[in-house]
Amino acid sequence: MGLLSDPNRRKALINLLTRLNTPICLVCYLAGIAWFMGLAFEPFTLRTYMSENAMGSTMVEERFPAGERALAMGREFAVHKKKANGMPVDWLAKAMQARGLEVFTQSFSRTLPFTDEIKERYMVKGTNVYGILRAPRAPRTEALVFSAPCSPGSNDNQAVGLLLGLAQYFRSQIYWAKDVIFLVNEHDLIGMQAWLEGYHHTNITGMDWTPLQGRAGSIQAALSLELSSDVITSLDLVLEGLNGQLPNLDLANLFSAFCQKIGVLCTIQGKLPRSDWDTAEGYTHAVQTMTLMVLKQASGRPWGDHGLFLRYHIEAATIRGINSFRQYKTDATTIGRLLEGMFRKLNNLLERLHQSYFFYLMPSLSRFVSIGYYMPAFGLLAVILLLRALDLWVQLGTPPPVTEDGPAEFQQPSGPGMLSVLTPVVISHLTGMALYTLPVRSQETAVEHFPVSETEAVVLTAIAIYTAGLALPHNTHKLLSGEGTEQGWKVLKLVALLYLAVLLGCVALINFSLGFILAVTLVPIGAFVTPHVPKALSAVVMVMLSPGFTLLYCIFIYQELQEAPVSLIEGWMIFLSVISQGILDHTLYGSLVYPLLALLIYPCWLLFWNILFWK
Amino acid sequence: MQWQVTDVPMNTDNGDINSEEYTPIPKDQFQEELVIKPLHSGDIYASFQFRTIWDTDFSHGKKGMSHYRLFPKSLGQVISKFSVRELHISFTQGFWRTMQWGQPFIPAPPGAELWVWFQDSVTDIDSTWKELTNVLSGIFCASLNFIDSTNTVQPSASFKPLGLGNVTDHRFLRYATLPREIVCTENLTPWKKLLPCGSKAGLAVLLKSEKLFHSSYHSEAVHIRTVCKDWQCKSPAWELRQSLNVVFDLYTSGQGKKEWSLFKMFSRTLTEACPVASSSKVYVDVTDNPQGELFDLSPATTLYSQAVVLGDRRTYSVYDLTKPETFGTMRSLNPLLRWKADAGDMLRPLLHGERYVAGFGLQTGEIHTLIYNNHPYRAFPVLLLDTVPWYLRLYIHTLKVISKTRDNKPSYIHYQPSKDRVSSHLLEMLIQLPPHSVTEVTVQFERALLKWTEYTPDPNHGFYVGSSVISALVPSIVAMDTNNTQERPLFSSFFPCKEESSYFMRVYTEPLLVNLPTPDFSMPYNVICLTCTVVAVGYGSFYNLVTRTFQVEEPSPGLARRLANVIRRIRGVPPL
Repeated sequence: MGLLSDPNRRKALINLLTRLNTPICLVCYLAGIAWFMGLAFEPFTLRTYMSENAMGSTMVEERFPAGERALAMGREFAVHKKKANGMPVDWLAKAMQARGLEVFTQSFSRTLPFTDEIKERYMVKGTNVYGILRAPRAPRTEALVFSAPCSPGSNDNQAVGLLLGLAQYFRSQIYWAKDVIFLVNEHDLIGMQAWLEGYHHTNITGMDWTPLQGRAGSIQAALSLELSSDVITSLDLVLEGLNGQLPNLDLANLFSAFCQKIGVLCTIQGKLPRSDWDTAEGYTHAVQTMTLMVLKQASGRPWGDHGLFLRYHIEAATIRGINSFRQYKTDATTIGRLLEGMFRKLNNLLERLHQSYFFYLMPSLSRFVSIGYYMPAFGLLAVILLLRALDLWVQLGTPPPVTEDGPAEFQQPSGPGMLSVLTPVVISHLTGMALYTLPVRSQETAVEHFPVSETEAVVLTAIAIYTAGLALPHNTHKLLSGEGTEQGWKVLKLVALLYLAVLLGCVALINFSLGFILAVTLVPIGAFVTPHVPKALSAVVMVMLSPGFTLLYCIFIYQELQEAPVSLIEGWMIFLSVISQGILDHTLYGSLVYPLLALLIYPCWLLFWNILFWK
Repeated sequence: MQWQVTDVPMNTDNGDINSEEYTPIPKDQFQEELVIKPLHSGDIYASFQFRTIWDTDFSHGKKGMSHYRLFPKSLGQVISKFSVRELHISFTQGFWRTMQWGQPFIPAPPGAELWVWFQDSVTDIDSTWKELTNVLSGIFCASLNFIDSTNTVQPSASFKPLGLGNVTDHRFLRYATLPREIVCTENLTPWKKLLPCGSKAGLAVLLKSEKLFHSSYHSEAVHIRTVCKDWQCKSPAWELRQSLNVVFDLYTSGQGKKEWSLFKMFSRTLTEACPVASSSKVYVDVTDNPQGELFDLSPATTLYSQAVVLGDRRTYSVYDLTKPETFGTMRSLNPLLRWKADAGDMLRPLLHGERYVAGFGLQTGEIHTLIYNNHPYRAFPVLLLDTVPWYLRLYIHTLKVISKTRDNKPSYIHYQPSKDRVSSHLLEMLIQLPPHSVTEVTVQFERALLKWTEYTPDPNHGFYVGSSVISALVPSIVAMDTNNTQERPLFSSFFPCKEESSYFMRVYTEPLLVNLPTPDFSMPYNVICLTCTVVAVGYGSFYNLVTRTFQVEEPSPGLARRLANVIRRIRGVPPL
């Protein structure tokens, strides 16, 4: 700090920063990207380890014997599900009762803002059935949840069968210290949302549900099982939850520990861990796995039924059985033993899972990158905005080389300057408001006037407003101040840069992936845009780096990494459905990505657009 | 009050038998009994009660108290030293499931519960209470020494003395619960030692911990109070009642088979009564099984006893252990219940309560208490007692009592606000429950941020809030059915019989586990280092930077020039 308190040295430092601003920014950007890519390199990552002592190595024995019977139950469930054309409430309640559980049901209904075309639902009515295994000598203060979805078609019958089988087996054991809730939820996440809201007696999304009759205290952890075949080749662990929240890393550690112990092939993001990290393929594999996680986390969607638990501070994960064309198959008994082991370990918990990391990325199931390692990648990008802002600040602060009245004249343009800054800020935020509210509000009008379905209407309105926003604001300041001054755009850009820096900083703290992806595309815009760059070329670049196109790229990358590459047209269709899903996620579960993009990121981007067309 | 109502018929039976066997009534006497009640859920409920009555006077002088026969000396000394009028202590592992099991004979909350009425001669009750809890902690090997002012309350209405005397000034009452207390063999052993026969003979041979703790519910209790010495009630006698209630689970203890015997439950059979016991009996509840269509009970017994228990008329098969023929040729008694048919649905318990915490996040929350009145047409009042620790700051203005979607104004509210780190909230309300309704009591709270030394060693486990207590005079089931004319003569059944028309009942809700905002305790070191560095380096110099103005200083003039300037100043000429 002595450096800064000496005016000469301060001046020198500032001179250095302003003179070398562009190269430093370039270096920072490249370093940020390189750092991020380096995260997947195995020598730079840590091996996962169990932090929670209460779940230490191999203290439980798995004895679950009845996989075949569980599958038979699953088949019976399928028959009754078909008969009832939905949740076979009575049959399931009886089946749970026969296993000695306390059985309760909860019915719920929800009208979606517009038709969900992927899942084909608009008016949703359903019933959740859950049974509580009361721990022998615990006073109903703690619980674990085991859930399986009752999904349409022939999906997940085996999961329900295994749930019933495990319930029967668990019931005859004496060691339970926490109640175990066996939940079969209908309409996947909507049912889960209804159940969780009912359990915690809150209503955040305006859903109708009947109050729960039975409870079991505070839920410590939850596992959700998705299983659609009698035998599986591997189990996939899904961690990403609502708004990019992740469960404690110990839950993932527990899963991988049991995978190793029982000898089941286990994956994350559908990718097996590889040992050849020093080859290019091995490294690419790790990068792909990590990028998939980043993309999924950035989407802010719950990627399994577990995703909604995280809001309630309940550590949860989804375990998904995958049956592919591998030789080696695992039967239901083994999966049952794995789940039994996990539940027994969770039952041993003395405290909530809190020892391990909550912020991490996983380049493979056995490796992780903690927040301390990945944050610098984002920090290097964010510092560009600050450097640019500093540069502008210095430029604004240097009095123009004129006469002695210089300072007095310098004060004057800041008056209209304020106004000329405020107007674009307000207008772009109003556009953001329109983008947030209008698509859902105006769907009826749109359906009346255009030959589109409601869902298409919503998505197309959103895209229309988004595009219209490009035309709107860059003409406004002329009406007010006649002509934009050099000072004017600099102030506006300074504000926009700081705004973006704060915005991205906050987003990255909550959801690193989203923050990083946005930083990668928005920081270059913030860095280079001035009214003096070639207009047409810059405009094209800016549009290509706008949030909407970022989403499109993410979709293509995601499909590529999922090994299901799509053509442009298919990609576009997915793009449309992703927008509608984003709006639905927001209204149904309270996901924050859509409002964030519409109300904050997009207006911020418009500010830069405004600067580009400053006259 | 509860025992007076329930035990009146039984006691008269016992009294008759006693007067036949012992013509000179000794100064102290001991009775033991075991009630076995098959539950509708397929589980089985066994309730032991051991009663010692001694007509001595602990409170006057030390004479006559040095010689103890059946009454345990350790407790006698406690009574005299601390001038205890009444003492009730219970240790419970598990939660009584009212909806599956009906009512217990002696209800108790999970964990430890202690309530004591002191004699009005005690001047400093708080310090006496403190000493008493420490002494009891030693006697019962429990963490009762953790009872302090933050978890002790003085309920004004919910806990009235159960024995003689009508002192109702709640200054002399102290009530505390420890919901976290874990009950195990170390508590059972001292409890058994209080029995005159120990666990050597009588019913107490069944009390083997490996089986008692292999159960769904385990509750042991000690109740000391004064009762009438005889029917004239001219002088009081001290009663020590030790009870142990246990529920064995159908699936974990019974291997899913509805077949229970003493041996299966306790891995022991009975061979004799306790020699010093004046009465020793095993009761088996056969009310639901009058013609033996539901289950077989073997060996069969011809002795039956009827009693009104908790407002319901029950029939019991009785095995009298003081009679040698009870044990048969095998010289041991092992009653066996074998089900033949499925038990029908249980009558919903008339009163039932449950409680949970609503909301999410670590800032605020809401405690919901649901009280069910399942009586089809009678409304009755209940007393709700809530004790909430200070670290949940109740917003008492948000207190709402709602039954049948309508506001239900409590006719009596006694609220004592908490003081941080000193005392807890006490909320007592008298609420009228409409017939066939659910009454919901909600109150919002804020979670306090504790000082860092106040966190328990496992702060992420959460903090316990003790059970709320619902006390009520519940309309009796006997009074409820008006068609019951077969068993009683017509002339007796026109008006509902007054002592059976309602009975006292206490229901405990589940305790709550609440998470408080908890710092990451692995972090303090990092945090301290980081903040100190930031403050020292960053803040200090930034403060310097922004508060000072910087000017380029002229290089200081040489010695010659300074001298010249001095001279010029003296001359009154402007300096160089």
